[in-house]
Parts: sequence; C-alpha cells; structure tokens
Amino acid sequence: MFEPILTRNIHRPNSEKIATYLAHGGYAAVKLALTKTPDELIEMVKRSGLRGRGGAGFPAGVKWGYMPKGAGIQKFVAVNTDEGEPGTFKDREIVERDPHQVIEGVIIAAYAVGASRAYVYIRGEFFLGVKRWIKAIADAYEYGFLGRNILGSGFDLDMSVHRGAGAYICGEETAMLESLEGKRGNPRLKPPYPAQAGLFGLPTLVHNIETLACIPHIVERGPEWFASIGTAESKGPKIFSVSGHVNRPGNYELPLGVTLREIIYEHAGGIRGGRELKAVIPGGASTPMLTASQIDVPMAYETLKAAGSELGTGAIVVLDVTTCMVETARRLTKFFAHESCGRCTPCRIGSQRLYETLDRIESGKGTMDDIDRAVELARGIDGITFCPMGAMLVNPARSAIQHFRPEFEYHILNKHCLVCKSKERNYG
Amino acid sequence: MTKQVTLTIDGQQVAVSEGTLIVNAAKQIGIDIPVFCYHPKMEPVGMCRQCLVEVGRPVVDRATGQVVMEDGKPKIQFGAKLETACTTPVSDGMVVLTASEKAKANQREILEFLLTSHPLDCPVCDKGGECPLQNLTLAHGAPASRFIYDEKQHADKRVPLGDLIWLDRERCIQCARCIRFQDEIAGESVLAFYQRGRATDIITNSEPGFDSIFSGNTTDICPVGALTTADFRFGARPWEMKAAASICSQCPVGCNVTLNTRREAKSGGKVVLKRVMPRQNEAVNEIWICDKGRFAHHFTENEHRLATPLARKDGKLALVSWDKALGLVAGKLADAKGEAVVLASGRLSNEDLFNLKQLADGLGGEALLYTQMGGGELTTAYGVPAGTNFAEMGIGTTILVVASDLYNEAPIWYLRLKQAAERGATLILANARETKLEKYSQFVVRYSYGDEAETICGLAKKAHVGEAITSAENLVVLYGSDGLGLDGSSALAAACAELVKSRAGKPNNGLIGVWPRANDQGAWELGFKPVADLKAVFQKANVVYIAGADPFGDNPELTSRIPHHASRIPQHASRSTHPAPFIIVQELFLTETAKLADVILPAQAVTEREGSFTSGERRAQRFYPAVPARGQSRADFVITAQIAAEFGLELEGRFAARVMDKMAATVKTFAGISYRELAETTEQWPIVGRGDLYYGGTTYENKQGLGVILALSPSPTGRGARGEGKPLRPDEDHWLAVPVTRLYDLGITVATSALLKARTGGAHILLHPDSAQKLGLAAGEQVELNGNRLEVRLDPTVPVMVALVPRSMGVPIAGPMVAKIKAA
Ligand SMILES: Cc1cc2nc3c(=O)[nH]c(=O)nc-3n(C[C@H](O)[C@H](O)[C@H](O)COP(=O)(O)O)c2cc1C
Ligand code: SF4
Ligand code: SF4
Ligand code: FES
Repeated sequence: MFEPILTRNIHRPNSEKIATYLAHGGYAAVKLALTKTPDELIEMVKRSGLRGRGGAGFPAGVKWGYMPKGAGIQKFVAVNTDEGEPGTFKDREIVERDPHQVIEGVIIAAYAVGASRAYVYIRGEFFLGVKRWIKAIADAYEYGFLGRNILGSGFDLDMSVHRGAGAYICGEETAMLESLEGKRGNPRLKPPYPAQAGLFGLPTLVHNIETLACIPHIVERGPEWFASIGTAESKGPKIFSVSGHVNRPGNYELPLGVTLREIIYEHAGGIRGGRELKAVIPGGASTPMLTASQIDVPMAYETLKAAGSELGTGAIVVLDVTTCMVETARRLTKFFAHESCGRCTPCRIGSQRLYETLDRIESGKGTMDDIDRAVELARGIDGITFCPMGAMLVNPARSAIQHFRPEFEYHILNKHCLVCKSKERNYG
Repeated sequence: MTKQVTLTIDGQQVAVSEGTLIVNAAKQIGIDIPVFCYHPKMEPVGMCRQCLVEVGRPVVDRATGQVVMEDGKPKIQFGAKLETACTTPVSDGMVVLTASEKAKANQREILEFLLTSHPLDCPVCDKGGECPLQNLTLAHGAPASRFIYDEKQHADKRVPLGDLIWLDRERCIQCARCIRFQDEIAGESVLAFYQRGRATDIITNSEPGFDSIFSGNTTDICPVGALTTADFRFGARPWEMKAAASICSQCPVGCNVTLNTRREAKSGGKVVLKRVMPRQNEAVNEIWICDKGRFAHHFTENEHRLATPLARKDGKLALVSWDKALGLVAGKLADAKGEAVVLASGRLSNEDLFNLKQLADGLGGEALLYTQMGGGELTTAYGVPAGTNFAEMGIGTTILVVASDLYNEAPIWYLRLKQAAERGATLILANARETKLEKYSQFVVRYSYGDEAETICGLAKKAHVGEAITSAENLVVLYGSDGLGLDGSSALAAACAELVKSRAGKPNNGLIGVWPRANDQGAWELGFKPVADLKAVFQKANVVYIAGADPFGDNPELTSRIPHHASRIPQHASRSTHPAPFIIVQELFLTETAKLADVILPAQAVTEREGSFTSGERRAQRFYPAVPARGQSRADFVITAQIAAEFGLELEGRFAARVMDKMAATVKTFAGISYRELAETTEQWPIVGRGDLYYGGTTYENKQGLGVILALSPSPTGRGARGEGKPLRPDEDHWLAVPVTRLYDLGITVATSALLKARTGGAHILLHPDSAQKLGLAAGEQVELNGNRLEVRLDPTVPVMVALVPRSMGVPIAGPMVAKIKAA
C-alpha cells in the first residue's frame, strides 16, 4: 500500500490551518533548507528527478539551474494555480486543503534561486482556493515563514495572490506572466524563457503547485528517497484526478508508473454500473485518448508517450460504452476553440474550423470528406502555432478519429449517433 | 562594427550583421518571405505564422565544441518544426529553406486559414489592388481551398474607430500591426484587442475614438482592407490613380509624400487629388506622415479658390486679364521703386521666394518675411549640416527642445525624437508648460514665460543638464515659438545658437528652428528679413506686394491702421491722413488681406506645380505637379518673373529648375545644388513599395529624390535688433496671454478639410483649472479677452494666471501680451 505524501494531511480536520500543518511536521523542511546553500538545493532537486506537474513535464532542477545566479538581480517565483485543463482538479484540492505545503515549497525554491518575491496566480473561479491562499499566506507571515529575515536566516520573501479572470490560456506560463502584469493574457514569444526574462522582464521561476508541493519532501527525505518512487524517467508521487464514468471519482495519490487499469479498477472503483470501458483520456482533455485495450500502460511520462499520448496533468477521464466519441471530440474541441487566445492564425481560425467540421459530422450534416478534412486540419494546426496550445487542441479530435473512425462514418451515413441512436443533442 | 554572420538561404550565401532576422537577411538578397504581422519598423511578434521556413543549424560536437563535418561539409540538422523567419535571428552556418515543400505547404496553409474566414469582398475593398493578402495569395496560396464552408463568420463592416479611421471587422486578420504601431511608434496606445479566439476584435479605448494624430499610418500598414480612412474610403481603386511625388506643406519637417490623383466623372471629368500617401525618406519622415499631412489636402479642390486675376474698379474687385493685371502691378512697382515692399511667407517655395527677393532687390525695395518667429539668420549659420539624421541619434547625443510643442508643431519630429530618446539619446525639454514629448525626456527645464532666453543662457552651467549639453558627443537644439513672438523667439534663438556655435558644421549637431511654415527656413536662407511692426510698413510703403500671407486675416486690428483701406470696410473709422499703399496680393483664396487688395493675382497650389522647399533641417526637397492648375492661376515664381519682365528686370519665369540654377549660382548656401541632384536617390532600408507592400505597407518607394541639406552660411555679423525689454508678467488682475500652436487650427488647409475641421472646434483659450475657478468659470463657458469672446478649455499644464491662445484660431495674437480676461 502506497503511503500518501502530498495528500497525507488533507483528510485531517482543519487541514488547511497552519497549526495543523505545524503539528504534523510542517515547515521543518524550510528550516533544514535554510541551513543548505542554494546550489545544494538545486542539486538535490536535480537528483530527485522531479518533473513539472503542470503538464509539460520539464525537469524542475534543470529549470532552477537556468535561473541566473547572483544577488544583484531581482528575481521572482510565480506559482501556477490556474488549473484550467478539463478533468484536472488536483491543484484545487491542494490549495483548499493543504496550502502551507506549497508555501513551504515556494520558500525553499525562492531561497534556492535567490528570489525575494513570489506571486500566486490563481484561477478566478477558485473562490475557496483564493480565500485559503490569502489566509495561509497571512499566517505564514505571522509565524515568520514569510517576510523579512525568515527564521533568522537573513533571507527575505514576500508573497501575494493574484486572481485570474477566466481564461484557459492564462495557465500557459508566459500568458500567466502577462496577466500577472495586468495585461491581456497572451503567450509571449520564447525565447526568452521566463527564467531569463519573466515577470516584468526579470528572471522568474514558474511552477505548478503540485511540483512545488513535492519540494519540502525532497528536502526532508532526500532526493534518493524521492527518486526511488516511480519509473526510470518519472519519479515521485503524483496526484491523479479521476473523473468520468467511474464509481469513485476523485483525486488519488499514487506513485508514477502505476497502470491505468489499477487506477480505474482498484482505486476509482471500476466503471459505473459495471459497464464496459470504451476510452480513457489519461492526462487531461488536451492529451490524446487511449482505447480500452491500452489501459495496461503505466502512468509515466515515457510510457504514455510510447502509447501515443501524454501524462499531461495526470487527469484521467474515463469514458464507458455509452459515450459518443464524435460528441466527445466535438465538445472538447469547442472548449479549445473558445479558449484559443486568438493570437496566431492556425489556432484562432483552425480551432474554429475544426470545431465546425466536427459539429457538422455530429449533427448528421457531414460528408465523408469531412473526416479527412478534420484530420488534415489537425495536421495543419499542429506544430506551427505560436504556443503549445495548437498542438494540444487537436488531440481530442485526432485521437477520436484515429481510434473510432467508424463512429464518425456512422454519424455521416445514418445522420444519427451510433451510441445513443438519437438525433437529439444531449448537451451544449 | 557589429559581427558579421554568414548563412545560406535557398542556396545563396549571404553575410549580414549579427542579430538580423532571417526575414530581413532574405530580403537583402531579394528573397521574399511572405509576412503579415511582421513589419520592419516594429518589434517582431510571430503571430500570424505566415513566414514559417525550414531552418537547419550546423551540428556541434558537445565534447569538442567543433562543428561536425560530413562529406567535407558541416553537418546540418534541421529542426522538427518550422520556424518563424520574422522572429528567428540568423546564426553562423545556418541553412534556411524558404521554398521547400514543407515550408511552402505551411505558407499555403496559413493563407488558406486566413481566406476561409475572409469576406473576399475584394471588388469593393479599398485595399484591392494593393493588398498584401491578395498579393501573397497569388504568390503563395493554393488554387483551391480544402475547406469550403458556406458559413463565413460575419461581423460588423462599418465601425468608425474615430472620425478619421473606419474598421471592417470581417476583413481584419488580427495581425496587431495597427495596435503595435500605436503602442511602439506613435506612443499613443489607443487601440487594443478585445475578446479572444475567433472573436478577437480591434477596439479603440480612447475618448474620442482612435485619438491619435498618426492614425492614418495604420491604414498603410494594415495588410488587408480592414482599416480605411474616412477621407478616402470607396474613393477610387488603386490602379486607377496616378502618383506624383510631393512634399507636405504643413510644417517644417518636410515629409515626403505621394499624391494620388484620378480623372473622374464624379468631379466633372477633372483630374482630382484623391489621397496623400507617405513616400519613404529615412532621413526625414521614414515611412510615416501625420494626419494633418494626410487629410488636410482639400484646399486644392476647394471651390473658393481664386481662378482669375482681379483688380479694383470703382472700389470693387473685378475680373481683369493677366496682361492687364501684370501691367498695372508692374507700373505701380516701377513707380514705387525703393518704396515698394515685398511681404511673403514660408508657404512659398524656394523658387518663388528667390524671384520675389530678386524683384525687391531690383527695385531697391525690401523683401520681408511674414513671420512671428525669428532667428533664421542663426539656423542658416549654425543649422544642422549634411549627414544629419535623427534616425542615427542615440546614446551620446543630446537633444534640447526649447519652447516648442513638437507634437503639435512638427509631429514627425516628435516621433523621431521619441525614438532617439528610446535609443538612448538624452532628451531635454525646456518650456514654461508641460508638453507631450516630456514623457520621453531625461531632463525637464521649467521656466516662466519671458525667461526663455535667460534660462537657456544659464543652462550650460546648471548641474546635470549642463553636463548633458556640454559633454554630449552630438548636440542638436530645436527651438520654437511656444509662448513667444518675434522678439522673444529671436532672443531665444541667439541664446540657443551659443550652445551649438562651437560645433558648427559637424553632422548631427546644430540649431533647428521649429518654424510655423514649411519653407520659413528657405525664406531666411534666401535673405528675407522679419518685420516686427507691420503697421509701420503699411503706413510707409507705396506699394506692398503680398504673397502667401494674410496679415489682415490674422490681425483684423491692422485694418483700422490703414486709412484708405479701412474706408472700404465701413465699421473701421479712419484716423490717419497718410495715403494708403497700393496692395498686390498673390494668393489661393480671397483672404481678408486679398479683400483689401488693389490687384489680386491667383497663384497655383503646391499640388499643381513644380518647386522646392527647405525643411527645418535645411533639406531642400522637390515637389512635382499632381493636378492641373485651377483656372488661370500661375505659379508664384512665374507671376513674379512676369511682373519683373514688364519693367525690364529679367527673372526666370518658365522653369523652376532654372530658378534653382540661378539660386545655386548666387546664394551661397544653395551653391552647386541642382534639380537633378535633388532628385537623386539611394537604396533605403527597409525596402518598400515595388512588390514589397506586404512588408513595409502601402507607403511609396522614393524614386524622385531624397533632397540635399544646404551648406552653412558664414556666421552672421552683428546682432539683429531684438527687444531686450523686461519680460511680461501676470499680476493681480492682469493675465499673461501667450500664443501656442495647435496641429488642427482654423488655417485654410484644415478649414477646407471637413473631417479635420470637425476635430478642431472653435476659438478658445486654455486655462489652468485654478485660473478658471478664479474667474468663476467652468470648462466650456465663455470669456472675454481683449474684446474677443472665447470658449474656455481647462488644461492643468498651463501655469496659473496664464492663458494659452492657440494661433490661427480666431484670436489675433502675435506674441505674449498682458491682457484683461473676464467672464463673458
Ligand atoms: C495552453 C496551456 C495551458 C496551461 N495551463 C496550465 C495550468 O492551468 N496550470 C499549470 O500549472 N500549468 C499549465 N500549463 C503549463 C505551464 O505553461 C508551465 O509549463 C507550468 O506552469 C510550469 O510548471 P511545472 O514545471 O511545475 O509544470 C499550461 C500550458 C499550456 C501550453
Ligand atoms: S496557439 Fe496561438 S492562438 Fe492558440 S493559444 Fe497559443 S498563441 Fe493563442
Ligand atoms: S485592423 Fe489591420 S492592422 Fe489591425 S489587426 Fe486587423 S488586419 Fe492587422
Ligand atoms: S509570424 Fe512571421 S510574419 Fe507573422
């Protein structure tokens, strides 16, 4: 039985309170970290093998190493709590139930890279999350974990919360920085990367909060311990948000490398009503879906890649046989078309056209050419957009057609759905 | 010198300086990579994805740091993804494929995306025929779209962003060039994107909408017909129009422009001026013009233009033949001899002024410049010499601007100084009030009105500012007449000249006058002298020959001092017993001055004839005829030559080029200059026009001449007379009223351009809110100033107890004056 690490406290009463956190060993890692040199800490994170949990899976220690050294420059840490990816609800659980764990990670990260200011960017709709962040930060100040001369170490760190206004793209790190600066949330041209020129043009370390939540544990229990969990290229614990047609949807913290089958059938209680599994989106709505036959794949960066998908945020959407895949592709593409920032041509126009093509097929107005057209559109958008959103938005449609083409054909030929046999559209 | 980098683009080797973007490196060797969002004058953004190319880089062995060789050549690794040529800088050994199958496929794809959502209303689109989207589709697009959709996304096609610019939302391809122009170049961030994704829209966030004096430029760089000018939209198709090179006559910058004309049924089969477009001159206006230059061109076609000579008969002006008019005028002048006075303004060309001066000299009379700004003998001696270019100024250069509101007086200089400051030049703004350019300045020197010259005299000794001036590698001083009249500006010019004297002749150093008119500098170069007391002139002279000036319109009070003429206007009683002078007026319109004339000679507009202007930077530049002359009007220099011929003085009256030859032979600063030389051009960067309109916009390529900066004249000896009186100060109940210049005034060019006139409003003064409160006035209420009723506008940058009185806005003001102001 895997011992939860990141979620070990969340079921305790008042788990969000600083007193609870302190009573269970909280902030011990900060004390320990402040006795080490920044370089030692960066080295530890590198050795731990921790990779970003925000979706891209970039090695955290390497990113820390990219931050310019030296005290002369103002540097920032930006904490990504935007969590816009459909299917993902792990970050919300963390801020609502254990925000101090993240603050502790932020303090250590800031100390390691020499940042004196941290900004939390949080999705505007996380009303409780915002409250919890604000309260937690205030308490951390009161206990001397934030502010001037933290725990007598001479290290200063200020931290505050900024609410987003509701845009998926603002989760993309450079769009988030624009938004933090009070501007329209458009992605920026890279390079320069945030570590070179981020917030207000200054070096900025951007992390997802689950990534940051891992840091105190790495410091306390050592990088070797952390690296002992998981697979060759995917280390440590991961919170999997499981949703869809399962009996027990929710967040499950498990070591990376656990199979999809185990998560769905052992932890999430199997498929609702004992029905047959049809497909799984393994890493959030923007990752390619897998078929029922692929669920023995271990949930790790490298294995999912080999299976033609991505670990993404580790958000698992389970779809049983009652699901229309045409509708699924249509609905998800609609979301992405709506969330395209509009900055670049292929994403702005392509996503809309892709949605319209799927919509035509779904509503029985499509022609057989439309399927190839959708595939062509997806190919055309992928790889030439300004930011990674373009490559992401084509995944639902492309993978649905790849795995379930007959369903699309059925829609076109019979002008109704293979699954529900209905012409009516059930949802928007 | 920057490091050179060698790379290969489509098999051609090219060496460019480090940091050059692939798109520009390619352009330099004639390879056109299609772009929409990229513009060579703005920061790259990589948004439209049109410029994707394949990029390969030499493989470097990590261990040795050496380039890996393969078959004797460096091994090149191509990236999995295409890269945007507009954002990727070149690197050594790079290999770029702009036309590989992969690159072409993606270029086709982007065009296809854009076109699936484009209204394709080319047949009624103003951009049709000069449209980057059309051109690039022809060059790179697919013959058929794979995505044929009935459903186009429709959007509003008639959105006025402001009075001058309209937006067609369907046509916009969201390249953000317009937004970026306003943000980066104009520094007036009044446009923005609204909404996101496919709904992304251009909006204006200023009140009034699109509140910028550079707005027209966005229509040049918009790569589709989304932005059009209210002045031109649906006016003509680009291919129907002819182009004539010209120089903007609105201010001393001397922007190079192209006049587009068309013969049209709508105008009774006449050739008419349809629009004014910028023409590239990187040393003058780059590829921009201001909205006044673009839209204030309607004076040419105005129905009230004078078309025939008129002479006074029985107290009334009546038509006469040219022969008769010339004979009459010549007779009077010949009789008057030394008692004849020529009064001309910098609205006239070099050729006109040269002939007028020759005529005055021939008669032994005076050639006076109608101006309220002095110091031209100093700009002629200490002006900026050849080799000067604001575009080259940056770190090491100090630019001092004194008593000038460049935003209003010379908008393109405003842009260029802003950019120089952004490149690191030290900008010092000295004025009694805050002006817009201050935002970009490093130092602000605030003085009280009246202390201008004294302040500048003491400037070099002041800490910090003084060092910035004295230790600068290059120093340019621009002075104007903000708050000043002839005396004050002359004294100020002398003070400014002291700062640059020792640098005379060094490129990028010198004194520049921010003159009110396009060719004031030319008038000074040609020997015209300013006149302080016009009344005295009219009281003394026998004949006054006025060309291109309206002294009685500007100052109605003058009328009452001219006895004989005052009797023509019954409400002004005559008090003097002196005989009145014979007045000859050479004009475009029946101005107040023309109404008092004995003979009126109709002149041609700048758009109708050949000639040259000398800009404030002392650059002589040629303009060319664009439309046929109105009625029987003649060019000023021709008229003057014909008058002179009547009494036997031989002046060149046929070819403007020959007048220039004579000027070159007799006027030192024009020595050696010829029309041919003025028409010379060299290669300019960025490349514009030709097939490159997708790159630089619809600005015109300059094939007609970049002009020549005049030589400096020897230092003037002795000082001109100038008022050394005590500065005027406001006190308890006396206000200080000072003149200022507004871009949009009620001068004839704006008054005849309805769109701009609507933006101008009526006669007004500007007061500090506290001053207004003292008078018990709110914004919009009326005051009385020396008998004139005016609207009050509030402006917190005006000093207390001072009233700013805009020139040419209905209130005569020649210089600062102490005035009584009260609520009306
Ligand atoms: C379109 C898009 C949306 C994203 N949304 C989020 C998000 O909501 N939360 C998040 O943590 N990262 C998001 N990311 C990833 C971030 O750009 C970035 O990689 C991450 O915050 C870095 O933190 P990490 O290294 O800890 O994962 C998004 C990326 C893209 C391209
Ligand atoms: S791919 Fe382009 S339009 Fe889409 S979100 Fe990224 S930058 Fe915006
Ligand atoms: S209006 Fe023109 S310049 Fe502005 S974003 Fe649209 S297409 Fe580009
Ligand atoms: S992305 Fe290069 S021109 Fe638009």
